[in-house]
Amino acid sequence: MLVVNGLKADVGGKEILRGLNLEVNPGEVHAIMGPNGSGKSTFAHVLSGREGYTVTAGSATFEGQDLLALEPEERARLGLFLAFQYPVELPGVNNTYFLKAALNSIRKSRGEHELDAVSFLRLIKDKLKILHLDDSLLKRAVNAGFSGGEKKRNEIFQMALLEPKLAILDETDSGLDIDALRVVADGVNALRSPQRSMIVVTHYQRLLDYIQPDVVHVLSKGRIIRSGGKELALELEEKGYGWIDAEGQAA
Amino acid sequence: MTSAPAVDDIVRSEYEHGFTTEIASETFPPGLDDGVVRAISRRKGEPEFMTEWRLKAYRHWLTMTEPNWAAVAYPKIDFQSISYFSAPKRPEDMPKSLDEIDPVLLETYQKLGIPLEEQKALAGIAVDAVFDSVSVATTFRKSLAEAGVIFCSISEAVHDYPDLIKQYLGSVVPHTDNYYAGLNAAVFSDGTFVYVPKGVRCPMELSTYFRINARNTGQFERTLIVAEAGSYVSYLEGCTAPQRDENQLHAAVVELIVMEDAEIKYSTVQNWYPGDAQGKGGIYNFVTKRGDCRGARSKISWTQVETGSAITWKYPSCLLRGEGSVGEFYSVAVTKGRQQADTGTKMIHIGKDTRSTIVSKGISANQGRQTYRGLVRIGQRADGARNHTQCDSLLIGDCCTANTVPYIEVRNPSANMEHEATTSKISDDQLFYCRSRGLTAEDAVSMIVNGFCKEVFNELPMEFAVEAQKLLSISLEGAVG
Ligand SMILES: Nc1ncnc2c1ncn2[C@@H]1O[C@H](COP(=O)(O)OP(=O)(O)OP(=O)(O)O)[C@@H](O)[C@H]1O
Ligand SMILES: [Mg+2]
Repeated sequence: MLVVNGLKADVGGKEILRGLNLEVNPGEVHAIMGPNGSGKSTFAHVLSGREGYTVTAGSATFEGQDLLALEPEERARLGLFLAFQYPVELPGVNNTYFLKAALNSIRKSRGEHELDAVSFLRLIKDKLKILHLDDSLLKRAVNAGFSGGEKKRNEIFQMALLEPKLAILDETDSGLDIDALRVVADGVNALRSPQRSMIVVTHYQRLLDYIQPDVVHVLSKGRIIRSGGKELALELEEKGYGWIDAEGQAA
Repeated sequence: MTSAPAVDDIVRSEYEHGFTTEIASETFPPGLDDGVVRAISRRKGEPEFMTEWRLKAYRHWLTMTEPNWAAVAYPKIDFQSISYFSAPKRPEDMPKSLDEIDPVLLETYQKLGIPLEEQKALAGIAVDAVFDSVSVATTFRKSLAEAGVIFCSISEAVHDYPDLIKQYLGSVVPHTDNYYAGLNAAVFSDGTFVYVPKGVRCPMELSTYFRINARNTGQFERTLIVAEAGSYVSYLEGCTAPQRDENQLHAAVVELIVMEDAEIKYSTVQNWYPGDAQGKGGIYNFVTKRGDCRGARSKISWTQVETGSAITWKYPSCLLRGEGSVGEFYSVAVTKGRQQADTGTKMIHIGKDTRSTIVSKGISANQGRQTYRGLVRIGQRADGARNHTQCDSLLIGDCCTANTVPYIEVRNPSANMEHEATTSKISDDQLFYCRSRGLTAEDAVSMIVNGFCKEVFNELPMEFAVEAQKLLSISLEGAVG
């Protein structure tokens, strides 16, 4: 589904991604862990097409298409979704209106009919329940004045609505209280399917107790330096990143 | 095209009675003097009092100087190089079909969903008499007449209601008020007169009729609306479609008079041609709009959406004289390309317990320059006066500017004033966020801008609000990326 090969990217004249390889197959959940500043968000941004990054080498294909040649909205319409580490506020833009516009633009590009207000509201009510979100959030402006946890839940709510093929969750667990963490994880698990893949960026192995990954990767200085099963996360939690770095140097 | 000569006749007949002249051409040669002012008055067949009124204004105007305090820059206008009267074009002089019209303009009309016949009229093409919607106009007139509402051109009013004109014309914006108002008084071309008698609620929005028929009122438009005690009228000016006009300078005057317990709601959507990317050929729009709340508990509400013009100089104002009278100003102004706007309002609190609300939303993109200039004055006798001002600016891109210049003069200690101002920018983060959800950058901008303007759009009559939203999205296309 996603194949990333030798990806290198600069930001502000500094090389952040330094030859990153990753392959995600349909239905798989991959966790990416790694120290602060190692390039996790940069990787997520490059995949979703944010401006300001220069790809200097390598490739990224999504279902065989050259992802890097597409505009961000085209990637979204193909089924790529990024849950932001820092969701952005859109003051004055009604949440329901925003979601409807987003969903319809994606549906339209797939040749599906656009949803009218009534069927959209019915759909949205169902999805809200999954994330235990209050209706009143729908009447407010997108993320404006939302608490940190509400913003994160709103991201997963959007994902539930847009039903992407590949979702990248950038530290969706950070800033969530324990109950919210469970709700978000349940929401994510409810969306798991043999067709849908996920890349879950996190610092905490706790999230991986709830969302069981197929593969765990460690990203350091712009490269995936180790990949393994779920036990890798446990080992990291115990020993810290220094352990891998040291081991890497010894090898 | 058998109907074409008929239109021609109708159009010209208006100007024929009382027509005795030294100047015989359809358009006067450039320049302004006593003779030209007299000739305009004569061409319009005006009674003596009107000619004198114009002359007095003209002579005073000669003693005035052009204001230069507004934060707009433009080459000096040579007032002697302007022609001050032109009869409506005859069909043979107009473009014959839409093929002769700027395709960009046509594209905008199509996006706005304007019917073909109306597109032609807007683009200045000779149209069949059929389009003149005689039937629509007649229905309108009939129900207005039944209600006792007078709604006609100011030229007609000068003939048919001279007493009302003598009483009210220039009573809110005298010819001494400012340079452009003085000029307008001397040479005004045409405009609209509305009179709503005591206790009458005008049975319709005065809009559709106006939009179809009262175009081409010329560059010096004059509007006068009088609402007698306990009456109500909602008046809609302008048009969402970009209007082309060969006259670069527009200096309009609008006067509103509201008696006890009466209300005038005046909404404007203005979309004059802003000029090309270099700012060439755009309209200079210098407007004086003022309402006089004469009676107790009277109310004036100005709502404006300004997206056109190369230069806008405009401060719809309220004189709050009646006890408990209310003034409101809701404004959205967009400057993009090389457009410049210096706009705002004046709320002059004179009577007791007067209230005013100002909500100004300025949007600036590309190299647009925009200044909000607002005055709130609380007079000595205005006990318990209240004002709430909110001025928000939204910037799109790095080269545009927005300034807020509030003037506050309080001469009564019991006044209650609130002022809020914000400046925000559509950030790259916001655009990326929207795009990552499948929306285009243009959809994103339009969504954010419409959200920003919601408070003002809510004040517009429903149908107009929808059009204004569309217009805003279209005008900001290409503002990003
Ligand atoms: N615009 C920029 N200009 C210069 N450096 C940048 C810019 N954006 C990001 N960086 C740098 O790139 C590096 C990688 O940042 P990134 O946000 O990808 O890290 P991360 O792995 O997501 O970290 P965290 O765990 O803290 O979220 C950091 O050193 C950061 O300072
Ligand atoms: Mg990060």
